[in-house]
Amino acid sequence: MDKEIFHFTVDGVEVEAREGQSIIAACDAAGIYIPRLCHHPELEPSGNCRVCTCKINGRNGSACVTPAMRGMVVENNTPQLTADRRTLIEMLFVEGNHPCPYCVASGDCELQALGYRLGMTAPTLPYQWPDRKIDATHPDVYLDHDRCILCSRCIRASRMEDGKTVFGFEGRGIKMHLNIDADGGLGETQMAAIDKAARVCPVACIVIKRDNYRTPNGQRRFDTAPIGSDIEARRGKQ
Amino acid sequence: MQVGAVGGVADVLARFPADRVRLMDIALAVQSEIGFLNDEAVHAIAAKLGMHQVEVEDTVSFYAFLDREPRGCHRIRLSKTPVSLIKGAGAVADAFAEALGIAVGGTTADGMFTLQWTSDIGMADQEPAALIDGTVLTELSPADVPEILAALRGSAVQLPKSTVRSSLVQAGPLLSGPFGKADGTLAALELTPDKVIEQVTSAKLRGRGGAGFLTGMKWRLTRKAVGQEHYVVCNADEGEPGTFKDRVLLTEFPDLVFDGMTVAGYALGARAGLVYLRGEYAHLWDALQEVLKSRRDAGLLGSRICGRDGFDFDIRIQLGAGAYICGEESSLIESLEGKRGAPRDRPPFPTERGYLKQPTAVDNVESFVCAARILANGAAWFSGYGTAESAGTKLISVSGDCARPGVYEVPFGITVNELLDLVGAPDAEFVQMSGPSGQAIGPKDFGRQIAYEDLSTGGSTMIFGPGRDVLDIALQFSDFFVDESCGWCTPCRVGTTLLKQGFEKIVGGRGTLADVTALESLANTVVRMSRCGLGQTAPNPILSTMRSFPEAFEAKLRPEPFAPRMDLHQALREAVTIQGREPVPEQA
Repeated sequence: MDKEIFHFTVDGVEVEAREGQSIIAACDAAGIYIPRLCHHPELEPSGNCRVCTCKINGRNGSACVTPAMRGMVVENNTPQLTADRRTLIEMLFVEGNHPCPYCVASGDCELQALGYRLGMTAPTLPYQWPDRKIDATHPDVYLDHDRCILCSRCIRASRMEDGKTVFGFEGRGIKMHLNIDADGGLGETQMAAIDKAARVCPVACIVIKRDNYRTPNGQRRFDTAPIGSDIEARRGKQ
Repeated sequence: MQVGAVGGVADVLARFPADRVRLMDIALAVQSEIGFLNDEAVHAIAAKLGMHQVEVEDTVSFYAFLDREPRGCHRIRLSKTPVSLIKGAGAVADAFAEALGIAVGGTTADGMFTLQWTSDIGMADQEPAALIDGTVLTELSPADVPEILAALRGSAVQLPKSTVRSSLVQAGPLLSGPFGKADGTLAALELTPDKVIEQVTSAKLRGRGGAGFLTGMKWRLTRKAVGQEHYVVCNADEGEPGTFKDRVLLTEFPDLVFDGMTVAGYALGARAGLVYLRGEYAHLWDALQEVLKSRRDAGLLGSRICGRDGFDFDIRIQLGAGAYICGEESSLIESLEGKRGAPRDRPPFPTERGYLKQPTAVDNVESFVCAARILANGAAWFSGYGTAESAGTKLISVSGDCARPGVYEVPFGITVNELLDLVGAPDAEFVQMSGPSGQAIGPKDFGRQIAYEDLSTGGSTMIFGPGRDVLDIALQFSDFFVDESCGWCTPCRVGTTLLKQGFEKIVGGRGTLADVTALESLANTVVRMSRCGLGQTAPNPILSTMRSFPEAFEAKLRPEPFAPRMDLHQALREAVTIQGREPVPEQA
């Protein structure tokens, strides 16, 4: 059955949407990039990072969890929103330990790429230097908790796509962290390297062993084009 | 207490259905049996409910009153709020710590006692207060400590200082009887459900939790929404520091609360009502269950209420476990479903998809009392009190530097000055209106009215007199939000900690004007970007203090344009200790 088609505007540009489609999905299809971090097009949205916050009919809301509605007026690319989004990215940088120059994900990391895209230069917030561990107990996958930004992508992927529920949160507030479905390490869980959960991490928290540096630094996704370029390339090509 | 008694856990689990919605109840019951939730208990619960271990841990690790580590047989939780500290909670804590030979946060070597601070326990008018193994102790002094510990070590039936004085100082039309047990329900049954909602709407009742949404509209939206069931939820997670009026209602007027819920049940076509009772109020559990039982016996709950065919409605109480965020309605619903209390994104609103994805009306305890009285006395009676936009009266919880702390029922529109006269606080220097999530106001705002259209409040009113440090108190509130942030979204999870750190620098006299500007900017980002009301209001202690008391900030600032976050001398202390000598003083 065909779903109803309607239009709304983003920064004055008319965008087409289907009933039930989120703002971010409609914008992706139309070639309008809304910065985002926890959202993944193949997973249910969860609204953790708040980077995709837009002004929706005058009120701030996340584009990944807000359904598009007929006639909605969305502001996306404004100096205020860009500044607020940059602050969120910076918060995530200082919350964990993110040494880009020697991180395996450099150039492929969505956090780093958003830092560049949103104009984060020198840090303005105080580093928290949390004491976090590496879990290397699994033969094919390691967890580097230093990098985790609590986006919940792996939690959602493992539960919904892999049917395993290997991941979850533990604790609350600034002490909240990624937890696994075992008393010991990741090696005790049902995790497999081919799992969706192993391939959706936006940073270098979940890393496949013996698979790094196939693409050298300098030639990776975001080394060659800013994050969001792929979406923006769709503009006008529908 | 037998730690790790597997038989005990199995017996507890056997008492519950294999329903993951009941995870909170099960975790609380298992903990009460074996002391804490060890790995074996978590495995057993997961197996019972057909859940993954990581899912059980996700929920139980969220709540302050659920323990994954062993604790003492006796849990001494001291209420830590600016008001309790003013009243001497620090000295009480020191006395406990000294008598037990442990620091606050520690457990005695014999495993008998754990001593810790906890957030406000709803006793702001009788501080210093404590929860000991679920029992409330009030107006403590260091001299009480030996007797309390002796009673805990012995087998005293009642702990000293465990009497709670009635907090109701002034009742108004809402709480002045006489009233029967079911005046509201009986009046409602004379009307159609739609007419009941019309009456609540024309009374202009607005939510008493503080947000002020029109109750009639909420009920109409819930009734209209399509679902297999409709639910009535009473928000008794009274966690805002400084408020205790819901405790008074649940203690002294429980029939009015349940009468109001029954009215809502009839109006919405609901068969089930749930009371979400904060874990700190577990001491009210038995009495509330008694009241529910007596209402069932009297035909006021259950099937065919008041003899009306087809009107079946009953009420279950869900106990919380120490999480301020669960006062936010969507977090409360998540918690009711046995999950961590993380808020939901809206839309959909609970009126459409709430508890178990069904249409749900979540209302404050006081709102239900108002609804019961509106049905019994009429909409005009109710809206005859208050102002044009804020009908009726409001229960105000007053604490701090005043002669007569307690709950006051006052008409909306009363000024802060009038309230201060009423409670005996002639020399108030500032008032924290509506708790930490509200605002700090000074004398220039004391002429303002308490009403949704001016100073909106959930009721918490903390008064601070001469000599109190407004910045230090705001810092305590900032710290409260660090503890209570749920962690789901970035701005609140990280922002609350960064705000506290930035504020500490200024309060500690190490900040410059640039630090104040940066703090304000960060605070506004947290307001704009946070997912729920907690994050959106968490910067209020800082922002409202900046607005009301700029001179307090100015007095703390250093003149130079920049001062580093790090204190070099402090940072070198470890090296100095290892080397065993002080660095050579800088040349002047």
